[in-house]
Amino acid sequence: MYVAVKGGERAIDNAHAFLAEERRGDPAVPELSVAQIRQQMALAVNRVMAEGSLYDPDLAALAIKQARGDLIEAIFLIRAYRTTLPRFGASNPIDTGRMAAVRRVSATYKDLPGGQVLGPTFDYTHRLIDFALAAEGLTPPAPEAAPLGPVPRVTGFLDREGLIEAEPASDTTPPDLTREPMELPANRALRLQALTRGDEGFILSLAYSSQRGYGRTHPFVGELRIGEVAVEVDIPELGFAVEIGEITVTECETVNQFHGSKTQPPQFTRGYGLVFGQTERKAISMSLVDRALRWEELGEDNTGAPVQDPEFVLMHADNIQATGFLEHIKLPHYVDFQSELELVRALRVNSEASE
Amino acid sequence: MSGFNFAYLDEQTKRMIRRAILKGVAVPGYQVPFASREMPMPYGWGTGGVQVTAACLTPDDTLKVIDQGADDTTNAVSIRKFFQRTAGVAVTERTAEATIIQTRHRIPEAALTADQILVYQVPIPEPLRFLEPRETETRRMHALQDYGLMHVKLYEDIARNGAIATAYAYPVKVEGRYVMDPSPIPKFDNPKLSNSPALQLFGAGREQRIYAVPPFTQVVSLDFDDYPFEASKAPHACDLCGDPGSYLDEVITDDQGGRMFVCSDTDHCATRQAAGHRGRLSPMEAAQ
Repeated sequence: MYVAVKGGERAIDNAHAFLAEERRGDPAVPELSVAQIRQQMALAVNRVMAEGSLYDPDLAALAIKQARGDLIEAIFLIRAYRTTLPRFGASNPIDTGRMAAVRRVSATYKDLPGGQVLGPTFDYTHRLIDFALAAEGLTPPAPEAAPLGPVPRVTGFLDREGLIEAEPASDTTPPDLTREPMELPANRALRLQALTRGDEGFILSLAYSSQRGYGRTHPFVGELRIGEVAVEVDIPELGFAVEIGEITVTECETVNQFHGSKTQPPQFTRGYGLVFGQTERKAISMSLVDRALRWEELGEDNTGAPVQDPEFVLMHADNIQATGFLEHIKLPHYVDFQSELELVRALRVNSEASE
Repeated sequence: MSGFNFAYLDEQTKRMIRRAILKGVAVPGYQVPFASREMPMPYGWGTGGVQVTAACLTPDDTLKVIDQGADDTTNAVSIRKFFQRTAGVAVTERTAEATIIQTRHRIPEAALTADQILVYQVPIPEPLRFLEPRETETRRMHALQDYGLMHVKLYEDIARNGAIATAYAYPVKVEGRYVMDPSPIPKFDNPKLSNSPALQLFGAGREQRIYAVPPFTQVVSLDFDDYPFEASKAPHACDLCGDPGSYLDEVITDDQGGRMFVCSDTDHCATRQAAGHRGRLSPMEAAQ
């Protein structure tokens, strides 16, 4: 005898309890603290902050803990929390030119004012599993250098010679895709906003595709810098700006060949990436995709490459939208499937009759 | 739930959503862009419907949530619990008692009234999307009422299969103007869209669109004179309540090809059974 499938409510509660138990794992193993995740999984924390669009390392670490290390799930937790927060105001634009950089490299000049500063990078490590890390121990302290003060920008040198496209300053308030629906065609500020919170893997692969010939971008990393910048807010009652804190950001400026067009002489052009935290793979990828999307304003050819198509890039970059829509196909679809079932049966009757 | 506003969303957000709803009501079938928020459930789980419901709910409302026509599917349970927690409103499984019904993939069998709002969860609001992937292009097509591509698609279905091969999310034209996606309801439900006394609201969270069919609006399923639209269902009566006219779920009962058909609308089926209706496999008959 058929008994209707009941008890969805109890099943959900039990599933949640099971999930909580699995998240904790073996109780004999010490529990991870939020501080441990923040300190020792810092790059994961950075990614969650960047794609969650919320700069709060403790909250990001907690989200990673709650999500059992699933970063997209952690990003989702941050986004869902962020959207409930009241907005008190907007900061002044951060000045990355005054950054206290821990890392600053240029691929276009061997040496330059301010120097090449490697900072905490994997770049020249040999990717050998360090079995010594399996045994917990103290890491010897690294040698200290004097902190790097503000250093000039590489694009500034090119700019002085007129060799790179001018980027006039603007005080126009950029659109905010967290408060307004995405509008297409999107201006560059909106595109950059979507890219900086877009999925790292997606942006990386798009950038990679542009390097392999699907919408070529010819990029050099003019400069990559990582460090702390001050966030300042104008307080109307005081009449001046007050620093409310510091955030770490990664900024990448690429320099790209440009052969000139009817209206522009041959010169270098810019791609730009700016991401929360130490997130240089993402920042470099972003600058390549940004540059590729600018084909139209620069009078370049559209070769039909995916990375040149703003609607394709912007509508599919958000991993919270993507994962939600993708995973929803595991929800019940009995009704739709039933209607398809009947349709296929009916079409088969038609096709058998016509044979 | 402390720390959150009534029905979760803050009042500014609700006002923004209500403006979009009003615009949707004023231009039936037109997809109004709105600044969809991240909700605490994933995109694809009904975030658009949840936002529309949150914007419409008042403390005096009685909410019903169904998924696949049923009140007890996991996602319907989850959304109902969400509003019990965040809005503390009364909930019901009885269609007649609800003032707001949030639905995924079905329109209830019972006729709706002028005191009710039906909120649909919509995955892809754009009926032309699978014919033209670009939003900039489809908006232009709607603006110009350029629906030729859709008719060509339906014609090609007939040329190839002898019938229009769309079983759910069957496109409709609203009040002679906009072609609209009725959400993935089976085409069996399409006739109920038209001239309904209830307000019908559609929310697509991920795609950031809201649209509406106001009460007593004409909604026509697209077809051809010689191939008229047909609202089809499984050619059976419900095995539990005996209704020959309700939409049915097919349930596989064993691995020998045994199957039974039951109403997808659980409230409709339970109401009929309580009124003494019996089907082929009703418990009472089994006991006899």
